[in-house]
Amino acid sequence: MSSSPLRAEAVTLAYDARVVAEGLSVDIPEGGFTAIVGPNACGKSTLLRALVRMLKPKAGSVLLDGVEISSLPTKQVARRLGLLPQTSIAPDGITVVDLVARGRHPYQRLLRQWSHDDERAVAEAMAQTHIEELSGRLVDELSGGQRQRVWIAMALAQETPLLLLDEPITFLDIAHQVEVLDLCAKLHVEGRTLVAVLHDLNHACRYATHLIAMRDGSVVAEGPPAEIVTAELVEAVFGLKCLVVPCPATGAPMVVPAASQQ
Amino acid sequence: MSAAPYTLPGRVVRFGEAVSLRIQLRGVVVGLILVAVVLALSVFAIGTGEFAIPPGTVVSTLLGGGDPGSAFIVRELRLPRVVCALLVGAALGVSGAVFQSLTRNPLGSPDIVGFPQGAAVGALIVITILSGSGAAITVGALAGGVLTAFSVYLLAFKRGGTSGFRIVLIGIAISYLLVSVIDYLLARARIEDAQEATRWLLGSLNGRTWEDVTPLAISLAVLVPLAIPAARALRALELGDDSAHALGLRVERSRLGLVALAVGLVSVTTVAVGPIGFIALTAPQIARRVARTAGLPLVSSALMGAALTLASDIAAQRLVPDRALPVGVMTGLFGGVYLAWLLTMEWRKGRG
Repeated sequence: MSSSPLRAEAVTLAYDARVVAEGLSVDIPEGGFTAIVGPNACGKSTLLRALVRMLKPKAGSVLLDGVEISSLPTKQVARRLGLLPQTSIAPDGITVVDLVARGRHPYQRLLRQWSHDDERAVAEAMAQTHIEELSGRLVDELSGGQRQRVWIAMALAQETPLLLLDEPITFLDIAHQVEVLDLCAKLHVEGRTLVAVLHDLNHACRYATHLIAMRDGSVVAEGPPAEIVTAELVEAVFGLKCLVVPCPATGAPMVVPAASQQ
Repeated sequence: MSAAPYTLPGRVVRFGEAVSLRIQLRGVVVGLILVAVVLALSVFAIGTGEFAIPPGTVVSTLLGGGDPGSAFIVRELRLPRVVCALLVGAALGVSGAVFQSLTRNPLGSPDIVGFPQGAAVGALIVITILSGSGAAITVGALAGGVLTAFSVYLLAFKRGGTSGFRIVLIGIAISYLLVSVIDYLLARARIEDAQEATRWLLGSLNGRTWEDVTPLAISLAVLVPLAIPAARALRALELGDDSAHALGLRVERSRLGLVALAVGLVSVTTVAVGPIGFIALTAPQIARRVARTAGLPLVSSALMGAALTLASDIAAQRLVPDRALPVGVMTGLFGGVYLAWLLTMEWRKGRG
């Protein structure tokens, strides 16, 4: 593995007294599409929050391009690292283009509210997510899948080489899940480094180039899905008896729960 | 530069690459109309009363002309009251907009989250227990209000990740607690003290002079410029704490600063005229609906607050002949109706 733009080194993550992970180390490979998977409450979202400096580790450090992330000016971090949070709030009455334009916040100043760069970045972000025709619509009126594309466009307008997504498809139906993940795959191919927390192991195997499987706050296995995903690993991580077969559409490992768990 | 394949709402004005401003045309038009309304209301307020002065004379007197008699009435008796109403209204409008944006809830105004009740308890303790008056009441009110606001803040925002509901609910709980303290203090007070206290509790613009206006104007001159960076932080915070974080905002620090600004604005109005209810609650919401902005517009909220306060004061003075009511009665009446309407609408949307 070459250079890692983002890494956690022996971090201890805790909410007050409740320790979620101890001595956790993770490398995010440059140019990869990393998926973090694991059962509920395994610490995967907590890890993501630490990687985007929203949770300060009790011990250890998170390094962005080799520099301790908490020592960097937050605006500078915002130009390197984008985040699609699990929940965002669209203000009442905001239009699509207005929301996407808010992604330019780290580049704007009091007297520099709309540069040509802002204009170009927003146009590109909307083109990449195919939401140009929605630009004048109210965000409240969109479907779940459209809304998620708008939020991704906002993160893209931020023009960061790294983009982290916290459960980007959890509340979408299967068609919209695939639509959003296809978009992520395209962004990855176009050169961005992606990190996503995903619930669905099959989606993770299909789209990610690098998998981090977690349980109880530590990494059980990491590597390309085709190399690490086995029935033993799934049982170790999720406690689920299953078969792992090649996906008929892509050949990626596919997890099929065993006929009966009893 | 080729045209963008989308239309950004409003216009962009550029001066080279370094300076570019986004201007919302509708916001500008609404702002100008509100300024006109405020001016018209001011002329009306100054021109009417026991001694009527025609609008033309009011304007010429304001501009420096007029006979000494009307000059005295206009400039010394009536203008300070009008200016006071406008400044208080504008401050409450901005404060309400900031509070409501922060809590992401139209009920998250200082009225609802206990500021006036806290100020009242502070003032009542000074009046009924310490037998203070004048400046001492002001200090008591300030201390009570600020203490309440920050207690609510600490209770609601501890651990971060607070929903707007949390601050509203905690604020309502604390308000109730404080209301019973107010009742207790009033019940055990001497009758004269209770009377003085009640007068203070209603908030009034009666008998305001330039001596009341000057400190108010100076404090606002300091606080209002802070609203400019505040507006920028609010635009990011509106999207949720996580998004604001991702956009490079120091969320906790910004929020604390914004609460301090909003509390500061309410405080200076409380010092000047006592608690005036509901302006901070209503002005931003009406302004947003009229200006059709995303999020609450600070400038329109200020102008709307000024217009509402002055209109309420005119109504309070003129509604009952020979008996000028405190403006707080009027804004309370008007605000109560508005609140009922707002709650009905929110409930229909399934959020109340």
